[in-house]
Amino acid sequence: MINYELVGISVLWLFLYGYLIVASIDFGAGFFAFYAKATKQDHLINRLISRYLSPVWEITNVFFVFFLIGIIGFFPSTAYYYGSSLIVPGSIAVVLLAIRGSFYAFENYGSKKSLIYLFLYGATGLLIPASLSVALTVSEGGFIIENGGVVSLKYWTLLTSPLSWSIVGLSVVSVLFISGAFLSFYAARANDQPALKLLRTFALFWSTPTIIAAFTAIIYLSVHNERHFNNMMDLWWLLALSVGFFLVAIWLLYKGQRYGLAFMCIMLQFLCAFFAYGIGQYPYILDPYITIQEGATQEAMGIALVSAFIGGLLLLIPSLILVFRLFLFDADYVKGNK
Amino acid sequence: MEVLFSLAIDTVLWSRLLTGLTLTFHVIFATVGVGIPLMISIAEFIGIRKRDKHYSLMAKRWTRGFIISVAVGVVTGTAIALQLAIVWPNFMQMAGNVIALPLFMEVFAFFFEAIFLGIYLYTWDRFRNPYIHWLLTLPIVAGATMSAFFITTVNGFMNQPEGFLLEAGQFTAVNPLQAMFNTATPSKVFHVLSSAYLTGAALLAGIAAFSILKKGPTVYAKKALKLMMSVVLIFSILTALAGDISAKFLAEHQPEKLAAAEWHFETEKGADLILLGWLNAEREVVGALRIPKALSFLAFGDFNSEVTGLDEFPLDEQPPLIVHYLFDLMAGTGFMLLAISVLYFVFVFWKKRDEFNRWLLRGIVLTTPLAFLGVELGWFYAEIGRQPWMIRGYMRVEEAATSSPSVRILFFVFLLLYIVLGTLCVLVLRRLFRNRSVEAELEKAAKAKQVRLEEKGEPV
Repeated sequence: MINYELVGISVLWLFLYGYLIVASIDFGAGFFAFYAKATKQDHLINRLISRYLSPVWEITNVFFVFFLIGIIGFFPSTAYYYGSSLIVPGSIAVVLLAIRGSFYAFENYGSKKSLIYLFLYGATGLLIPASLSVALTVSEGGFIIENGGVVSLKYWTLLTSPLSWSIVGLSVVSVLFISGAFLSFYAARANDQPALKLLRTFALFWSTPTIIAAFTAIIYLSVHNERHFNNMMDLWWLLALSVGFFLVAIWLLYKGQRYGLAFMCIMLQFLCAFFAYGIGQYPYILDPYITIQEGATQEAMGIALVSAFIGGLLLLIPSLILVFRLFLFDADYVKGNK
Repeated sequence: MEVLFSLAIDTVLWSRLLTGLTLTFHVIFATVGVGIPLMISIAEFIGIRKRDKHYSLMAKRWTRGFIISVAVGVVTGTAIALQLAIVWPNFMQMAGNVIALPLFMEVFAFFFEAIFLGIYLYTWDRFRNPYIHWLLTLPIVAGATMSAFFITTVNGFMNQPEGFLLEAGQFTAVNPLQAMFNTATPSKVFHVLSSAYLTGAALLAGIAAFSILKKGPTVYAKKALKLMMSVVLIFSILTALAGDISAKFLAEHQPEKLAAAEWHFETEKGADLILLGWLNAEREVVGALRIPKALSFLAFGDFNSEVTGLDEFPLDEQPPLIVHYLFDLMAGTGFMLLAISVLYFVFVFWKKRDEFNRWLLRGIVLTTPLAFLGVELGWFYAEIGRQPWMIRGYMRVEEAATSSPSVRILFFVFLLLYIVLGTLCVLVLRRLFRNRSVEAELEKAAKAKQVRLEEKGEPV
């Protein structure tokens, strides 16, 4: 029988991946909306963006809470180490998420016209991934000290580490890349040529920094955590697959056809890279304090969580399919006829 | 004493303040989030059933306001999820093994609700059969109710920890279901749900009464008022019942909490119920209203039963005595809601009286702040009455808190955030309803329908 802790971490990793995709679309859209407004092109894309994002923003947020509660549930010691050390970056992320969440509530009622609010909305879209990516950096080890039962973050080490900055850079540019590609697909479905033209430029523009940042992060990882790097290199085929999907996506975007397939390729590109990264980190959740085996919750709770998870999915998957059919694949809705 | 107030104690105090602040703010929106969907569902159903466009418009307008409060609720809820780990790392590490299941399921329920709320909002007039759109409210009501249920079981566990063994400072032999369905769960869930529905209805009734006071009795406002006042009546009776069950639970399982609430210091038979009053230097009650033997009756349903006094507990395990006022005021608001709703229906059915009497309407407007105040006071009583415990009998609050001094600054950061969010919320809600009168909306809807019919009538 498979260990419940392995099931747990795989499920959580999959959810984090899900969050990465849906949140990227959301965060990047915020930046594009601001950029378009500042360059007076907002009439082209803002309606398109809000049409897709408004019904799903809450779902995006739930993905995050789900991962958070899930990891504390399966691995309670993560609460102790990450909770104690990430008190400042974590709280910053909450404040940013709050500004952003309130935007959706208030957007229908006039805030969209305010450039300042739109700036905040765009800026949070880039700052949230940056502040959340600190948790990934910290998991590589060397940024946390435990002294007499007090866990704290070494801020100076973190702020001067090239690894942490390369991960921040990667998170920001991939957000823009993923978002640009998705919105191109959405614009293509809506048959909105001017929006498509603009968004396709965004997607193509951000593809190069994404791949460069990815390689930079891997290089700094090899300096910082050799074990993790070597494990990832053993999974070279997954990384190669990721690059392959990337190239197909870029080619499709460049040719300007099959935007849906291009976006699927980008999703697969990030899936491969994300799992190569995650599997390479095994068996650690936080190097060297928490391993998957020792940090796991009690067996009874682990099994209960896995069962709750399966039950929950039976409820969620049909509902999510319904949402997609209503708002994503209903051509009439996308075009704005409904 | 001064030595005790070292930095460590200081961070504990700030941790408590930060969590208290977040929860106080969140509970307003959480209560609205649980209560309002049921009202929307009822109104839409009646609207379709009776083919009455007033009720359908009610559902529409309430939803529009509701979504604003949902957004703030989601934001503060996310803050709490993070703060659990950030402010109380030791608690989550230890108790995570026992309470992870309900926390996890709460998120599922929330997920479910979020999905259908998104669909509901953007599918008005999209289905030919109006009942299909109404059916979408059911998962929203169920999701909201389920998340309240699950999160309340976690709080129940912290009051009445069950479903584990304690070995060398660690929880072992965990039984997640037993922890979830602990002895405190039924009474707590009942009380939380009934008071949330009560508050939701009181909010909408208050708005209707306010509009009648300002603009006179329009058909729309009269219908909204009558519908919501019936819901207020039903749920204020149920809430009173739930409160009674909770008191009986406390008397049996958490006697120190009830004793502190009632300033009942010595164990005695036929104990008096004490209303308000104050304590002198010798811990004697002065100036209170005493109802003979009523506490015994409240606690066990028998005027001569024995009620445990606070003196039976060690001094460092006694809750703060201020909870007496919280308890009295909470119960007081509950009974006022009940009284006002009864009075309204007396006026409705007694032909000599006019139910749109201005003083009665003012009373109904007052029910809105009273209901929210009752919810806040009830939670303050429940939480402060549990002190000094984080997990009653197992983990004290000071053992659970973070050791990071940053928590003090964070308190002010979050205070500022909630002030901004609260102000924005009020401003947006005002702007939302001020410029859109019911009459204008009805006219607009009728015109849109006319246009649709004409389009269908003339195929292009």
